[in-house]
Amino acid sequence: MSVDLATVAFWIIAIVLVGSALAVVVERNIVHAALALILFFGAAAGIYILLNAEFIAIVQVLIYAGAVTILVLFAIMLTQHSMGRNSNPVSTQWWLAALICILLGGGIIFAVGHSVLVTGSTSANVLPPGSGADGGSVVRLGQLLYSPFSYSYILPFEIASVVLLVAIVGAIMIGREEE
Amino acid sequence: MSVNLQTFLVLGAVVFCIGLFGALSKRNAISILMSIEIMLNAVNITLIAFAASFLHTSNQGHLLTGQIFAVFIITVAAAEAAVALAMIIAIYRRRSTIDVGEINLMRW
Repeated sequence: MSVDLATVAFWIIAIVLVGSALAVVVERNIVHAALALILFFGAAAGIYILLNAEFIAIVQVLIYAGAVTILVLFAIMLTQHSMGRNSNPVSTQWWLAALICILLGGGIIFAVGHSVLVTGSTSANVLPPGSGADGGSVVRLGQLLYSPFSYSYILPFEIASVVLLVAIVGAIMIGREEE
Repeated sequence: MSVNLQTFLVLGAVVFCIGLFGALSKRNAISILMSIEIMLNAVNITLIAFAASFLHTSNQGHLLTGQIFAVFIITVAAAEAAVALAMIIAIYRRRSTIDVGEINLMRW
């Protein structure tokens, strides 16, 4: 059994990903949880690179690890009385939430194990060596998003930009001081 | 152990359930928002794993629909984070708390 570099990298990144997600959920200090969230986003970007999605990985680092975590840290700074050790409390009914999550996770994993779509392609390794020889998926992704002539997602893209504009205006209107 | 589509789907399911547990069990509104971001990233992992799988197993690989979906999910998640954090700050300004157990105006 040969172990290649991509497999080793996958398992390292997967352990970091699950561990940092657990840290975000379990950590009692909310600032530490937000810092673990940065690590989580970075590990997710590593998974995307392993899956030949370079553009998504770069966008992940820029938007999530860069912008969203800074926004979350600013909101924490504006809303905490004190950076105490118990600034991230857990509900008294956390066991019910744990039960729901275990049932849902077991259901999803059972479905993945028995799906025809998935088990029909288990032999194929999704970590291909050097399939990006023609410039990777970025060129094709750009054509699919922007091209006005061929088959593309130009209309959803424009609607997404309107959604972003509405979000900017809404955030300013909701967040500004009264009077 | 070889890494195939199933491994990525199980990873996405595990991360999604961790995020769901955080979203259901936390009392701090910002912490709930962070858990929702974890869930959105788990869905992105699943979609991109399907895109990479179809790239090599079918003749529809040039479509890259999974990655297109991931781009739109990231866009909507960024908009959602901005609006939700503005709402949290507005609630904190009026009520001096972001504990979701104490924001109970619409409680049945």
